[in-house]
Order: sequence, then C-alpha cells, then structure tokens
Amino acid sequence: MSPGAPTAALFGGIFAILIAASLLGFALQRRYAGESTAATIENFNARVRAWWIMVALLGFAFALGKTGVILLFAFASFAGLREFLTLTSTRRGDHWALAAAFFVVLPLQYYLVWIEWYGLYSIFIPVYVFLILPVIAALRGDVTRFMERIAELQWGLMIAVFCLSHVPALLTLPIPGFENRKLLLVGFFVLVVQASDVLQYVWGKLLGRHRIAPRLSPSKTVEGFAGGVVSATALGAALWWLTPFPPLHAALMALAITLMGFCGGLVMSAIKRDRGVKDWGWMISGHGGMLDRLDSVIFAAPIFFHLTRYWWTV
Amino acid sequence: MITRLLAACTIGTARLVTGVRCNWQGCLPEPKPRIYFANHRSHGDFVLIWSVLPSALRKQTRPVAAADYWGRGGLRQFIGERVFDAVLIEREIATRDRDPVAPLAAALDAGSSLILFPEGTRNTSAELLLPFKSGLFRLARACPGAELVPVWIDNLTRVLPKGEFIPVPLLCTVTFGPPLLLEPGEGSMPFRERTRVALLALAPGADA
Repeated sequence: MSPGAPTAALFGGIFAILIAASLLGFALQRRYAGESTAATIENFNARVRAWWIMVALLGFAFALGKTGVILLFAFASFAGLREFLTLTSTRRGDHWALAAAFFVVLPLQYYLVWIEWYGLYSIFIPVYVFLILPVIAALRGDVTRFMERIAELQWGLMIAVFCLSHVPALLTLPIPGFENRKLLLVGFFVLVVQASDVLQYVWGKLLGRHRIAPRLSPSKTVEGFAGGVVSATALGAALWWLTPFPPLHAALMALAITLMGFCGGLVMSAIKRDRGVKDWGWMISGHGGMLDRLDSVIFAAPIFFHLTRYWWTV
Repeated sequence: MITRLLAACTIGTARLVTGVRCNWQGCLPEPKPRIYFANHRSHGDFVLIWSVLPSALRKQTRPVAAADYWGRGGLRQFIGERVFDAVLIEREIATRDRDPVAPLAAALDAGSSLILFPEGTRNTSAELLLPFKSGLFRLARACPGAELVPVWIDNLTRVLPKGEFIPVPLLCTVTFGPPLLLEPGEGSMPFRERTRVALLALAPGADA
C-alpha cells in the first residue's frame, strides 16, 4: 500500500482539529473579551497558533523525508540542550566540554542516525560521551563541584539529544512490509504523545479534583491522568492503520507511550521546581520552551523505539 | 550601507547564539533620552542590549566606550565609531584634557540615549557587581532630565567566558528595571550605592 493516502488522512485530520481549535479560540475571544478569563483564552490562542507552526514544520520535514525529519529533531535537540544547560551550574572549566556537547556530540549523534548505524548511535552518548566528556572537563583542572557539573552535562545530553534522537531513529527500523511507510510511524508516535498531553490537560480542566503530585505540578490531576491515558490509548487504537501493528497492539503501544510521556512531564517538572523556574524557555509562544513541549516525547521515544524494534523488526 | 549591514549581522549573530529574551520589567521601550546602565562582564554586553531594543530606539541609542580601547585607530575604531556609533570617553585622568562627561551630555541633548557600564571596566571577579565609578553620577548631574534605566544582562559570561573563543549557545536574558532620577541634593556616594542596588535587584534570584 502506498503511504500517500494515510499521510493525507493523518495531516487532514490534524488540520481539521486545528481549524476547529482556531475557530473555538476566536469565538471565545469575542464572547469573553475584557473579562477575567481573557488571559486564559489568549494563552489558548497562542498555543493554537504555535501548534499551527509546529504542524507546518513537521509537515515540511515529512515532505523532505528522512533527512528533513532528522534535521528537524536535531534542531529541537539543539534548542532543548541549550534550555537544559542554561539551568545547570556549569563553570568556566566546563567550557570545552560544553562546546563539545553542542558542536560535536549533537551533530554526530544525528549523523549516526542518518547513516542508520544502530550499533553506535544507541551507545554513543551513554558510553563514549559518558566517559570522554569528564576527561575533557578534568583536563581543565577545576574540581569545584566536579561530579555535580559532569552529571548535569551528561543528563542534559541524554535528555535533549540521546532520547530525542530516537524519534527520527524510528525511520531506521527494518520492519518487514513497512519499508516505505516509516514516516507514518513517526506521525503515529508524535500524534499520540502530544494528543495525550492535550487530553490530560482537557480532562484535568473539566473534571480535575485530586492532584497527583502537588509539589511538582499544580495542574496534574488523577482525573486528568486517567481520562488522558484512556482517551489517548483509544486514539492510538483508532490510528492503528498508520502503523505495522494490529489494533490491540497499537492500543498497548499507545498506552506505553502515554504512561512514559506522563512520567516525563513529572520528572521534567521536578527539575524545573528545583531550579525555581516555571518554564524551560520562551521559544514557543504560549507553551514555554522546547523542553516544555517535548518532555513527554523525550521519555516515550526510546521506549517506543525499543518495543517496536524488539517485536516488529527482523 | 556597509556599516548598517555589519550592524545587522552582529545583531543577528548575537540573537542566534544567545537566544536572547528581554524583560521590560520596570519600564517600556520609549523614544526619550535615557541612560541605560548595565553590568559589564563581556565584550558582547553592549551588542546584546542593542539587539533587544526595538529598531527605532536602537538607531538613537549609542554605547559609551573607552577611548583608550576603542579609539586607537584601525578596525577597532571603525567598528566602534562607524558600526556602533559609540561615544568615546577618556578613562585616564592623567592624560585627559577636557571634561569626559561633556560629549555624553551633548549626545543626550541631541536626542540620543546612551548605554553605559558604570563599573568602568569588565568585571572578571567573583563579585556579582563591582562598585560604581563616579561617571554615572556626573552624567546624571549634567543631564538631570534623562531617565536612568538599570539593565541586567544575565548569562552572557557563560556563553563566552574571558579568554575563550568558541561561544557556547546558552540562553541569555536582558532585564530592564524601573527608571531612576538623581534626587535634588543627592551626593555622589549615596547615588552610586542606590543605583547599584537598583541594578542588583534585577539579577535572577535577587528576591523572587
């Protein structure tokens, strides 16, 4: 089966939702102009506008194929890494190690994905970079808080580069009978994870009473979590035709990535609370930074990648 | 033409490398004569402030630069005078023959705003902010109508620490605080302390 029709259906569906959201935002803005809810509605509209841009970028990357998707996620990694490392407490002695992280490690990781060298891109950062970056930092001779600084740098690279690179790495999986349709698998993954975020938010706003982790995030509730997980799993099952999985397996995959996405949001919130910031950055108007938008993707991507690789590749 | 192109390139590079965000926390960008006074840790400090100003304001905002560094001819003088339109001042008391504040006051009277680093030099110490020199006070006394706007530049020193040549693209912020004026009868030392405290209050983690 050619990938043209499912791709059109995927983006057609997303466009329909975005048009509906834009119209809703426009109507709300006219209805509640000047009232106390105006700020919430303005934020909603800013988020919808940012979604249009993000969907357009993803569509453009899809049109360019594998190279486009890799470049898009390499850029997202760059933006995420700078947000993460801005909040760490690196010192002058880390300058070479930081420069290496941005200008050597990040491009190399995505190059390895591009040449589809699974054996190296899956261990490059956890093994080689893990061992070599502390050497570079140690050679500068600054021992103040050394372990802390090295741990933060390695964490930043794992989160923003290694984990995120597993989204385009989906394109390198050899799935029998699915050779020219792998972009759809990326579409399925990104759509389910992001829909799960939005659905948890919506269910939480509608029914949320009991906070799950009041010290980490005031907006995460038991009701939002349950409603979001159930509806995102159902969405995943309904989108099985984008994937090599039958409907039941698509539902289980969606469940796994939804749960991991939720955990990603929790962990990344804990880091933000520790550093006393509300958002990671200011890149994406209405959402905050790149990592605010991608925290769930980051935690779900490697798990989805390996589950798919274990059960569906030769 | 070439100078405007160079200025645009410099600003573009600064924005790209630092992803700079600006907070107009205590005032709004307004086209009136102002003295922006900022902390100084890096050669890029002035460019970063310039890059966050709206372009209409940027055209009439000039940095105050040391004549002994930026006025020595060659490329540096070209960049300082032609690209950045700097107002040069004599730092060395022993060699200067005229009032160093006069050209600054003239620029303000002509409708320009100024960017000034009242520590007098780049801060390479562990201190957040060095004590202020008297320049800001003398300028405020000469131009009592000009608003003094504190500007805190955060993180640029991590992007390019002194002695390094590869910038690391961490995120920077530029925060503009509420404007101050010289009080009638206020002396140099109390004024220098008050303006320094106002600038320090904008540093991240200062209170909120």
